[in-house]
Amino acid sequence: MIYSEKVMEHFANPRNVGEIENADGVGEVGNAKCGDIMKMYLKIDGGIITDVKFKTFGCGAAVATSSMATELIKGKPVEDALKLTNKAVVEALDGLPTVKLHCSVLAEQAIKAALTDYYKRQGIDPEPIVGKVPDREASCGI
Amino acid sequence: MDKRFVYVDNSATTRISEPVLEAMMPYLTGGYGNASSIYSLGMDSARAILKSRETVAKALGAKTNEIYFTSGGSESDNWAIKCAADAMAPKGKKHLITTVFEHHAVLHTAQYLEKHGFEVTYIPVDEMGLVNPADIEKAIRPDTFLVSVMFANNEIGTIQPIAEIGKICREKKVWFHTDAVQAVGNVPINVAEMNIDLLSLSGHKIHAPKGVGALYMRTGINLPNLIHGGAQERSKRAGTENVASIVGLAKAIELATADIPAKQQRLSKIRNRIINELLKIPESRLNGDPVKRLCGNVNISFRGIEGESLLLSLDLAGIFASSGSACTSGSLDPSHVLLAIGLPHSTAHGSLRITLGEDNTEEDADYIIETVPKTVEKLRAMSPLWERILRDEDIDAE
Repeated sequence: MIYSEKVMEHFANPRNVGEIENADGVGEVGNAKCGDIMKMYLKIDGGIITDVKFKTFGCGAAVATSSMATELIKGKPVEDALKLTNKAVVEALDGLPTVKLHCSVLAEQAIKAALTDYYKRQGIDPEPIVGKVPDREASCGI
Repeated sequence: MDKRFVYVDNSATTRISEPVLEAMMPYLTGGYGNASSIYSLGMDSARAILKSRETVAKALGAKTNEIYFTSGGSESDNWAIKCAADAMAPKGKKHLITTVFEHHAVLHTAQYLEKHGFEVTYIPVDEMGLVNPADIEKAIRPDTFLVSVMFANNEIGTIQPIAEIGKICREKKVWFHTDAVQAVGNVPINVAEMNIDLLSLSGHKIHAPKGVGALYMRTGINLPNLIHGGAQERSKRAGTENVASIVGLAKAIELATADIPAKQQRLSKIRNRIINELLKIPESRLNGDPVKRLCGNVNISFRGIEGESLLLSLDLAGIFASSGSACTSGSLDPSHVLLAIGLPHSTAHGSLRITLGEDNTEEDADYIIETVPKTVEKLRAMSPLWERILRDEDIDAE
């Protein structure tokens, strides 16, 4: 198995690691049994994602995709984050080994889970906007 | 401490040592004759193979004509198991006994036989990774054609009571095969005294090149071929002999078995220091038996982190090790060995295997002891699972 230089660079120097106190949306996907958990924190101001942080338990690809996903949405309107696909994360990382593609799906879902939480806190039904995010048990083995 | 180069994955493979390469060189250069050819250049190769066979036999307490050279451990395992099945099936013997935590070369071969009408009993191991010989005895049936138990486990280093199992099999008149790929050179082996009928070994674990191994087949056992096509290896294994590698294997096994107690003493001291220091890390555990263990094997799980991330981080620090996490097993499940000894998935994901070899020193241990705790701490700091462990949540209930 070979990781691209970009994956290794993001693994060695992950961007936006940590937590946000008083975050406007927090989402967690994956589970311990599968070996991947991603937790995303969003700060949203006037429809713009002003800050994003993540914590990840998982393999090198899980860390790199989390890191890249945060980079791709930081400073962007919420609408852009809603449109973020796992494919875009993979492309930005110059590709992922096939067996690791599920990590990129998890990164996309982690952002959607955080946005779901954000809309819920606003009293808005998230499902028509974000879609359905699989719960922890269901996200294994994608 | 400055960044070092610390290779501690000797159960995965080893480098070719200088004396081995030196022994091989004549056959990689001028002595390229086909051992089947009648002229002197060919006969030189044939003589080198014969001498190598004598050396390998001597190292195992076997007779020279009981050794067959192969391409490695996997081929030897396949040959022993599939061809024992072929030989015994016509006699109505279609039952194989093995264990749940064998190397995949044995497990997948057993599963293949199951698809072809054979029955397999998988003996469990205890939480230390040990097979109870009484379980083997109970499982033997009149139609059992083979018992296959690995000598020492590649992941957690547990050394099995091979002589006891051998005695049982001999009494019950059932052939006994052992995959000794990890044991050769680390544990004294005498196939005659231990009542072993078939034994697989590999060269590249003991500083010989990759792609060479051997199968010991006791006199009186006449397995059919796995590879047909020529008169090599007394017509038992076709293919022009890999003379240089065979010579290398012989040199390597001669050196590896020259003074096993000295190696055990030196490496187990380094191993124990690493184990004791790494177990000071909170929420860590040693996998496998602390005593009945290969002298170079360390296998520790750190809760809250994932093995591949740990390996990649250690790689950045110059340490080359291994793990039983799903990400490194190439599937979604972590190591079958770690699950077999009862580890929850989440703990199995966070395992680190360090396997010491001839080249490793106390300074390597110092570097590992300094680097691993920092790395674990760094990964835990970014792990949402670790947060939950700190909050005493039952993370394995999911």
